[in-house]
Amino acid sequence: MRARGIELRRDFFSHYARQLGTLSGLLGLVLVLWALTPHFLTVSNLLNVAEQAAIIAIVAVGMTFVIITGGIDLSVGSVLAFAGVVMAEALHKDVPLPVALAVALGTGLFCGLVNGALITLGRLPPFIATLGMMSVARGTALMFTEGRPVSGFSGGFRSLATGEVFGIPVSVIIMVGVYVVAHLVLTRTKLGRYTYAIGGNEEAALLSGVNVRVYKAAVYGISGMLSGLAAVILTARLNSAQPIAGMMYELDAIAATVIGGTSLLGGEGTVVGTLIGALIMAVLRNGLNILGVSSFVQQVVIGSVIIAAVLIDMWLKRRAG
Amino acid sequence: MREIRKTFPGVVALDGVDFGLRRGEVHILLGENGAGKSTLMKILSGAYQKSAGRITLDGAEVEIRNPAHAQSLGIATIYQEFNLVPHLSVGENIFLGREPVRLGLIDRRAVNRRAAEVLNGLGLSLDPRRPVKGLRVAEQQMVEVAKALSLDARVLIMDEPTAALTEHEIKELFAAIRGLKARGVSIVYISHRMEELFEIGDRVTVLRDGRSVGTFDVKETNKFELIRLMVNRDLTELFPKEHAVLGEEVLRVEGLTTRGGLKDVSFSLHKGEVLGIAGLLGAGRTELARAIFGLDRLESGAVKIKGETRRIGSPRAAINAGLGFLTEDRKAQGLVLPLSVKDNLCLPSVDKFTSLGFVDAKRERRAAERYVKELRIRTPGLDQKVVYLSGGNQQKVVLSKWLCSEAEVFIFDEPTRGVDVGAKAEIYQLMNRLAASGVAIIMISSELPEILGMSDRILVMRAGSVACELPAREATQEKILECALGE
Repeated sequence: MRARGIELRRDFFSHYARQLGTLSGLLGLVLVLWALTPHFLTVSNLLNVAEQAAIIAIVAVGMTFVIITGGIDLSVGSVLAFAGVVMAEALHKDVPLPVALAVALGTGLFCGLVNGALITLGRLPPFIATLGMMSVARGTALMFTEGRPVSGFSGGFRSLATGEVFGIPVSVIIMVGVYVVAHLVLTRTKLGRYTYAIGGNEEAALLSGVNVRVYKAAVYGISGMLSGLAAVILTARLNSAQPIAGMMYELDAIAATVIGGTSLLGGEGTVVGTLIGALIMAVLRNGLNILGVSSFVQQVVIGSVIIAAVLIDMWLKRRAG
Repeated sequence: MREIRKTFPGVVALDGVDFGLRRGEVHILLGENGAGKSTLMKILSGAYQKSAGRITLDGAEVEIRNPAHAQSLGIATIYQEFNLVPHLSVGENIFLGREPVRLGLIDRRAVNRRAAEVLNGLGLSLDPRRPVKGLRVAEQQMVEVAKALSLDARVLIMDEPTAALTEHEIKELFAAIRGLKARGVSIVYISHRMEELFEIGDRVTVLRDGRSVGTFDVKETNKFELIRLMVNRDLTELFPKEHAVLGEEVLRVEGLTTRGGLKDVSFSLHKGEVLGIAGLLGAGRTELARAIFGLDRLESGAVKIKGETRRIGSPRAAINAGLGFLTEDRKAQGLVLPLSVKDNLCLPSVDKFTSLGFVDAKRERRAAERYVKELRIRTPGLDQKVVYLSGGNQQKVVLSKWLCSEAEVFIFDEPTRGVDVGAKAEIYQLMNRLAASGVAIIMISSELPEILGMSDRILVMRAGSVACELPAREATQEKILECALGE
């Protein structure tokens, strides 16, 4: 019993330490940048950071769901580009705004569900299925637009990125909304419970009556749909949908997720951690830009932060025994 | 080994253990889970360092630094999980890391020749060129033994070697062990199974709470004395079977046939009944459970619940029909280890606690609390991850899952495998209570005393069909074995 008590305390410690660890990492980073350049800690710059973080942060929510089930989604960046150009064409055909938004989300959802079907019905490893989708979606986006960007939209549509409510950018409000909903889904609904159960032990989940195929496919669908939502914001911000948009976003989303303490082995993770992870990456980029650090050096710094975050995470887990 | 102590931060795992091993003897190490058996053996095999005490080998004091050092001293260990590389051949596995080399290349012919020599010495006619992947569990174990012998092991530690073997394979293993004894190899044998101890053991040492409570000649002791020493209480009745009053028929299986190997299996099950299912490994017992639970497609046949034919195509449908399945392998199939006690317990019945799309955490906690209390699950809290619970308590969490989903038919597949004596008795008591409350139980087991001790009726399976059906009163070990073997 004594031994178990100690284990419990350690477990408790590590569980919160990991959240607090990433959070204090973020705060520490902010303080350092503030010391180096006073301009960093101004409301306008912080909102700017949040705006820059929004797109990756939204994509990373879907990634977090997928990774908690023990999978991976490499197609998010390409699906984002594909959903963006399909929506852009729809907008140029003068469809009403809500329909255009539904087209973007629907295109993403469709791609995600195809991933889900390949993984559950086709029994492909998620890595392979989404790697294939990554190429197919990108290629289709390029074919669809003959490789050219689709530009020029109404002010109403552009306000989705450029608009503000009480001084807060609409894209940041959308991001916060997505996180609130995702957190509730993950912690309070059946879908959330099953997401953890499938990642923790798929066989046990199946034997407990979880329809593993349906819920797994749903999780990839969510990931695709959120890529579609990110496409809306990016297209509105640039006033242009580009078939080459979202390159390497999958890696940024995975990085935000793992910095946030979600294990690639599945079964554990939180969207709160992912949000902190996405903010850490955005703060770093922003701060390094303000400091005038070259983009080459930035890549080295960001890569090192990812490695350090996961090393610390593993170290905490080992200590928890 | 004298006065061995081992402490981990905050815990004393071993507190002065004495253990002596004579040349050419089989020395059984007995004790409940957590008594310190594995820790003691890990110190002997070099996996752990002792905190205090002395180890002498052939009269000279030794300091065992690591597993490689233990091997060079002639101490080899065969763990429950084998350390074999599936895609390599038998010979390559035996000489892994010490391959005979010619001209810088591995000399395959020498590997196979020398492997064949070792295997012949064990009385085995296994082809050293076969890949390990295709071998039966018992054969893989023999490869492990051969590997140990090729290292000139003088001391062989075997941890639960019979856990996954059939009766027949156990006989083969025991024959091999007797051969090793004759060659002067000393064997430390860890097992939960009392019957084996009397068949193969020379001496037995009982551990309890990290101390050795005594060493005895097997001939001069008996089962009940040993159990009393292990748990420090009397278990006069190991199988406290209470015969519940049988009620109406809840389950009827008719002509069940699957591609997995079931052939025309039929039986019925009544409220309050415990139906024991015996048979050799591969006789189709687990396949039967899987078919009833909707995991394998039926080729033909029907499952009737309370007289009504139900199409059970998935575990979900089985659970809705009132079935619960306690799988053989708790960790791989029964539990989601990184999730909490509460989340595991409520997993099959989340629907029950969900309203308007949200899981009602309060009602869920209340239900979980109830079962933790009723089944006396020892956990520091509902949010403890099940990975930290002991085997017996994990088993109770699995049981609670199906209590919570209000199952009326429980399928137990090897309910006490890897569970210590004290927890075993508790699980039997729970089965009695379940039966008394009107639940019907199908109990698949490879342990004949358990089958005989707990069942009201016994089905013996052979080659995918029911070979015999025996009322518990008339059944004996011999009768069951005859049926299972088809003699």
